Amino acid sequence: MSGTIKIHVDQDKCQGHARCKALAPKLFELDEFGNAHEIGDGTVPADLIEQAWLAKANCPEVAIEIVED
Amino acid sequence: MTEPRPVTDWIHDFDHTDPRWTENPYPIWDELRSASPVVHTDRFLGVYMPTTFEAVKEISYDTDHFSSRRIIVRNERPEVVQPAPPITSDPPEHKPAKRLLLPPFTPDAVRLLEPRVRAICNELIDDFIEDDGCDAAAQYTKHIPVRAIAHMLGIPEQDSDLFIKWIHEVLELGITDTATLMRAVEEMSIYFIGHIAKRKQHPTDDLISSLMNARDKNGQPLSDPHVLGSLRLLLIAGIDTTWSAIGASLWHLAKTPADRDRLLAEPELLPTAIEEFLRAYAPVTMAREVMKETVISGCPVKPGNMVLLSFPAANRDPSVFPDADQVKIDRKENPHVAFGLGIHRCVGSNLARMEMTVAIEEWLKRVPDFRLDTSQKVKWSEGTVRGPRQLPILFGKPS
Repeated sequence: MSGTIKIHVDQDKCQGHARCKALAPKLFELDEFGNAHEIGDGTVPADLIEQAWLAKANCPEVAIEIVED
Repeated sequence: MTEPRPVTDWIHDFDHTDPRWTENPYPIWDELRSASPVVHTDRFLGVYMPTTFEAVKEISYDTDHFSSRRIIVRNERPEVVQPAPPITSDPPEHKPAKRLLLPPFTPDAVRLLEPRVRAICNELIDDFIEDDGCDAAAQYTKHIPVRAIAHMLGIPEQDSDLFIKWIHEVLELGITDTATLMRAVEEMSIYFIGHIAKRKQHPTDDLISSLMNARDKNGQPLSDPHVLGSLRLLLIAGIDTTWSAIGASLWHLAKTPADRDRLLAEPELLPTAIEEFLRAYAPVTMAREVMKETVISGCPVKPGNMVLLSFPAANRDPSVFPDADQVKIDRKENPHVAFGLGIHRCVGSNLARMEMTVAIEEWLKRVPDFRLDTSQKVKWSEGTVRGPRQLPILFGKPS
């Protein structure tokens, strides 16, 4: 893993388990219904890359996409 | 009511109310999973059970073929109980009903209840801390969620015993005893009608009032049956589920000193450990009704049958969770489905996690050394929600 990565929460899949928010609070935010969204354009700072992968691995709905540049 | 025949062939004739299943279901599920991704029993008028993570997922996502209008596998059909939206709703009615309930249950919203839950835990511990031990199910875990949800709904915490009686009647006795089930539902409705009437005179700032004030897309208030159904749901779904989850966690820690010591030494590991307890001891099995013939993981599924949607069995599938039969409190990758999958994800999952975390934290602070009292039995609840209902614990180190 050399380059940067971007995260995206698929709104058709997210059901608000909020695991991503618990594991990577600087990368995800929850709306008033508790559904998750990536913060900003989803670009992950280098020091949070591990958290991003952890969030993806713990999402029961497989709603988090990670794109590697 | 006749006693059910004992099971001799789990694969073709399983019974989720058999005492052996209640006592230790995990080896039975492993046996069923190695036989087929979907098994069937003629008991309870015909029931399928998905045994793999994949089959549970397929059914959870397929609201066309699998309806939530019946969510408990019982001896009788049709369903005798009024709907409790959104848990008994299918699309398209499900989404608006669920969205009404979601805002009060976000992580930020439930964090506001945390101080009260912490106080509840300590009040309970005060009552037995001077003794040599306690029944942690009857004296601790049982009372935490019921008082928390009462606090949230705005009904007296002192009515807790009544709520626990109704839940036992609906979820356990009601599987085979329709009269008891109906009476419990009727009593709950009468109870809540009284609280709704009071709020019509004197509005309050609690969840009952929020439901009464909620408006649908057309600006109309919810019907009284809808409000009552949702209130019954919140009461039933929010209590013995979390009671079971906290109890199973304490049961594990009582019999696993290494994990207890590690959590005392590394308290920051608790959230990860809680997720592992949720995976390994997931309390809740839901149900669906098959509406149309279909195929799940290669197995034909026919209408007229119910489905025992076992999230706990999915969580023990070794193809998704390495060493699925082992509890690893530092398990990093843990996409467990204790709170379900798809549109019916448990609305109270954030509340349940908060209650579990606070209950275990406060217990470990005040009772760091404890163990199972092996001179007495641990008793587990039967049926849809599984957790310890008697959990004899001794305090201190073994002498």
